[in-house]
Amino acid sequence: MSIKVLFFASLADLTGMRETEVDSRAHTSVASIYTKFARDFPRLEEHRASLLYAVNSEFVQPDSPVHDGDEVAFFPPVSGG
Amino acid sequence: MSVTVHIPTPLRQYVGQAETLTIEGKTVGDALHKLTSQYPDLKKHLYSEDGNLRSFINIYVNDEDVRYLERNKTPLKESDEIRIIPSIAGGSAAVAPNVELRPDEILRYSRHLIMPEVGMEGQLKLKAARVLTIGAGGLGSPLALYLTAAGVGKLGIVDFDVVDLTNLQRQILHSTETVGKPKLESARDRLKALNPDVQMELYDAKLTSENALEILKDYDIVADGTDNFPTRYLVNDACVLLGKPNVYGSIFRFEGQASVFGMPGAPCYRCLYPEPPPPGLVPSCAEGGVLGILPGIIGVIQATEVVKLILGKGEPLVGRLLLFDALRMSFRELKLRRDPKCPICSEHRTIHKLIDYNQFCGISPQPQEKLPSDWEIDPVELKDLLDKSERIFLLDVREPQEWQICRIPGAHLIPLGQLPANMNQLNSADNIVAYCRSGVRSGKAVDLLRKSGFQKIKNLKGGILGWADKVDPAVPKY
Repeated sequence: MSIKVLFFASLADLTGMRETEVDSRAHTSVASIYTKFARDFPRLEEHRASLLYAVNSEFVQPDSPVHDGDEVAFFPPVSGG
Repeated sequence: MSVTVHIPTPLRQYVGQAETLTIEGKTVGDALHKLTSQYPDLKKHLYSEDGNLRSFINIYVNDEDVRYLERNKTPLKESDEIRIIPSIAGGSAAVAPNVELRPDEILRYSRHLIMPEVGMEGQLKLKAARVLTIGAGGLGSPLALYLTAAGVGKLGIVDFDVVDLTNLQRQILHSTETVGKPKLESARDRLKALNPDVQMELYDAKLTSENALEILKDYDIVADGTDNFPTRYLVNDACVLLGKPNVYGSIFRFEGQASVFGMPGAPCYRCLYPEPPPPGLVPSCAEGGVLGILPGIIGVIQATEVVKLILGKGEPLVGRLLLFDALRMSFRELKLRRDPKCPICSEHRTIHKLIDYNQFCGISPQPQEKLPSDWEIDPVELKDLLDKSERIFLLDVREPQEWQICRIPGAHLIPLGQLPANMNQLNSADNIVAYCRSGVRSGKAVDLLRKSGFQKIKNLKGGILGWADKVDPAVPKY
């Protein structure tokens, strides 16, 4: 009953995690998973508006549903060149 | 089922200059078959001799690439819209007739010429192609080097920067000898030595809303190797407005992204990231660091996509975002969709000309709010006070890896991000001087601590770099 969660770029630094899991029964949408982590790491909130959300390697809207076994990924934009 | 087929400009000559045609068909394959039966001249431009759709032709149904649907078998509904999108927008299937290769060029490009995917036709396409790279830095270096080596006809480079010693860890276009010189000069010498046949156009300027359309209009393909968000949105919008492919790459520490935006019917950068992050939230290479190899990997992917677009071979990185992670050593791919409300590339667009991108990204033309001057201390003044044995608590707010490079003797390390939780280690009765690398982060620390009741804290002007310049040249700069 779990969902795999991946953090990329600066989000991995902010949370100190590149990969973790959440209980799928506690979450209905991609955004609710992000909210859970933003409670533990308040600075995630600043990134919310500019994030790219993906479920199972498909770009989705934040209100997209999540299910047991899904892989959810959060990608902040990066600008380096 | 009656559907509308949109014909791209280069193919209109085969359908009596029609922009759209109404065709009956139950599936995409069925409709295209009827179309090419009606207009036989079109057939060889859409299908190869073995009867397969040519690789550089993309077919979209209601803005969805049929490769992600059921390809030829994709069913059609009444009044669906089919779009035929050749890989190079506005490009012509035929190479300019006056382009040919000299014997020494044939030798130079022989490893290309003997491959069926390139061959003489492909090499002549490369020679006829005009590519613009924005930036001659980390991404621009491999881009410019490989495109020059590949023999593109014309290479434009936009850059206004000067080569710095800190660039050389990743910007392989430049060298120790060219430190201090303009990057364009350094790039020109290196690229001319590599392949003198490539016509180089150098733009010693920052790309702006005023000059972007004028510079971009002379090129077939644009490769984005910039290092900041305002320019990325500018390049995107200019490419969409001009209908030019935007071969995008971007990097952060161990991670990189690449895609091809700006193709008709396909997503653009704004479909992906409609809103820029607030200024200062996402660190640049100078602030966050970057693995030197990383722009090499991403820049070479960009160069590969440029060459594929020119050749019209393979599947371009259109509608897909490639994500590379060097630590995991993994590539992932995200399927992208057009934002039906995209302000620049959708039918409901609200942007019709280039805007002020600094303002869009929330960057004010004035420097960020300055601290009052009595909240600052000059390095020389600090040295005098320390020499007089004044009791001063030196607070270093940098990261531990920076602390390992250099520090001011006697300082205490509390990284800025950990300061709110560690204020109890500080005494508001002490005279505190905060410093970081250049004074920006410690300025934030001073502001934070002043708001928390610390009245005797000052910021070291110019940070440890200022200290190295004015007080102790033995402190290494980084």
